Amino acid sequence: MDIRKIKKLIELLEESDLNEIEISEGEETIRLSRSLQALPTEPTKPSALTVSNDPSTSLKKTSEVGQGAVPILSPMVGTFYAGPDPRSAPYVETDSAVTIGDTLCVIEAMKIFNQVETEITGIIRKILKNSGDPVEYGETLFLVEAPTEEITV
Amino acid sequence: MIEKLVIANRGEIALRILRACRELGIRVVALHSEADRDTKYVRLAEESVCIGPPPALESYLNIPAVIAAAEVTDASAIHPGYGFLAENADFAERVEESGFVFVGPSPQTMRIMGDKISAIRTMKAAGVPCLAGSDGPLSENTNEIFRVASNIGYPVIIKATAGGGGKGMRVVHTEAALLNAWQQTRSEAQAAFGNAQVYMEKFLERPRHIEFQVLADSHGNTIHLGDRDCSMQRRHQKVLEEAPASNIDAALRKSISERCVEACRKIDYRGLGTFEFLYDNGQFFFIEMNTRVQVEHTVTEAITGIDLVKEQILIAAGEPLHYTQDSVELRGHAIECRINAEDPTTFAPSPGRITSYHQPGGPGIRVDSHIFNNYVVPPYYDSLIAKIVAHGRDRQQALDRMNGALQEIIIEGISTNIPLQQKVVEDPALQQKPQDIHYLERRHIN
Repeated sequence: MDIRKIKKLIELLEESDLNEIEISEGEETIRLSRSLQALPTEPTKPSALTVSNDPSTSLKKTSEVGQGAVPILSPMVGTFYAGPDPRSAPYVETDSAVTIGDTLCVIEAMKIFNQVETEITGIIRKILKNSGDPVEYGETLFLVEAPTEEITV
Repeated sequence: MIEKLVIANRGEIALRILRACRELGIRVVALHSEADRDTKYVRLAEESVCIGPPPALESYLNIPAVIAAAEVTDASAIHPGYGFLAENADFAERVEESGFVFVGPSPQTMRIMGDKISAIRTMKAAGVPCLAGSDGPLSENTNEIFRVASNIGYPVIIKATAGGGGKGMRVVHTEAALLNAWQQTRSEAQAAFGNAQVYMEKFLERPRHIEFQVLADSHGNTIHLGDRDCSMQRRHQKVLEEAPASNIDAALRKSISERCVEACRKIDYRGLGTFEFLYDNGQFFFIEMNTRVQVEHTVTEAITGIDLVKEQILIAAGEPLHYTQDSVELRGHAIECRINAEDPTTFAPSPGRITSYHQPGGPGIRVDSHIFNNYVVPPYYDSLIAKIVAHGRDRQQALDRMNGALQEIIIEGISTNIPLQQKVVEDPALQQKPQDIHYLERRHIN
């Protein structure tokens, strides 16, 4: 199935209230489903990540994402995939432990899948892209937090 | 029709292409490096994609990044502008293979015209006059080299087949200097281009640079849009261009224009193109063809009233030409001055923040520029920051209007070549008639 078609389907899913789409075309079948993390949080309740001047929530933000969180940037322009190909399970999820050299995702450019590896050992604190998202050069893909004493204490 | 077009370029030409797309109702994706993020044309575009870090090799020359950007934005065409990937046949081929329209000729044509020897052979076969030369790569047999040189007649010039931009060439005035020059050019070519192949041509002492603009669609229609004189050059870089070229016999001009159109038909040319010639003693000699839009296309637009970039995009979209040869009328005279961010005497690049910019105007004045107050000229790319185009009923009026515009324009914070352009435009010899390609360096640059 054409990657562009998959991208269109993802857009369709995003625009709708559906949680899952499954489409069969000839022998090919594709199922797209929203991951729970990607679901928008309740609009009425401000999430912990909402930017606020209230020092208590700022603290909460730092404890969740961590001051030491290192952004993993996209090395190229292309399409983000969380797994080795559009249909596979993601390499990592939020709170996964990763070590230097582990593959975090792939960026597809000109039909070539380029693996993006982590440059630090730590915990995935945030995944900023969904499979199929277009990414620019230098865009932040993940926030990885190195294990520090503050956290283990 | 093209619905969304990727501009794989930067600066003033990116803005120029964006303007053409606006008129055509085409949505634009502006590609940019990290250094060009905060530019007006990037913000004016419907979409933008950062394709890499500042160095051009990793951004504007990065073929996978450019094509991936077209893929993720679902664009249907890629416009390469000039420079960067504009004359890269491999790029054009990969663009087409990926299912996009390349705004330019076919990769095959680009390949033929990109190699100097095959371009000259093709033009000769099409009846376009060329300089006497080695007619192919120069032999490595020294007796043969002497024979070729004396057949052509001294002075001769030895050029690298893979050369360009004034590199890898050497003028030889006497037989005594021939072998040495041949050796040096070969090793220079090997070092600079990884290809030691050279060829030999007659060297003209004081020619003018005159070029012919052509436009061909994919339905077999080809027209020419007159000529331009681009003899004001420094180190093979054009500084001031004008259209039409003055003091050329009308019958000769017509005959060369028709030869160019004929050559286009023979090579099945598509798109906008320029045939460059040296003109000496009432004779034209083909030197090379540019298979893209040129910096100085603006002077032709001024005298023809035809939007060349728009036509170029329409041709790429498969539309037939909107003009016939008979409908092309040349009106008045136009001059373009290239404004560069460089020191007017040392020519050292002068990147940095433009603290104050005031644009000239008035009847017959057009300014193509991507700069604005507080714009930072990045140090990574070409120093061209603006083009002033003056159009008048005749050459004198165009020169007078240009003179006024050069007095009006203000660019502060960085150095520019405006003082040099003022000297050139007021030069009495140039005011009287066009000069040869070495005049600027001889008269105004030490």
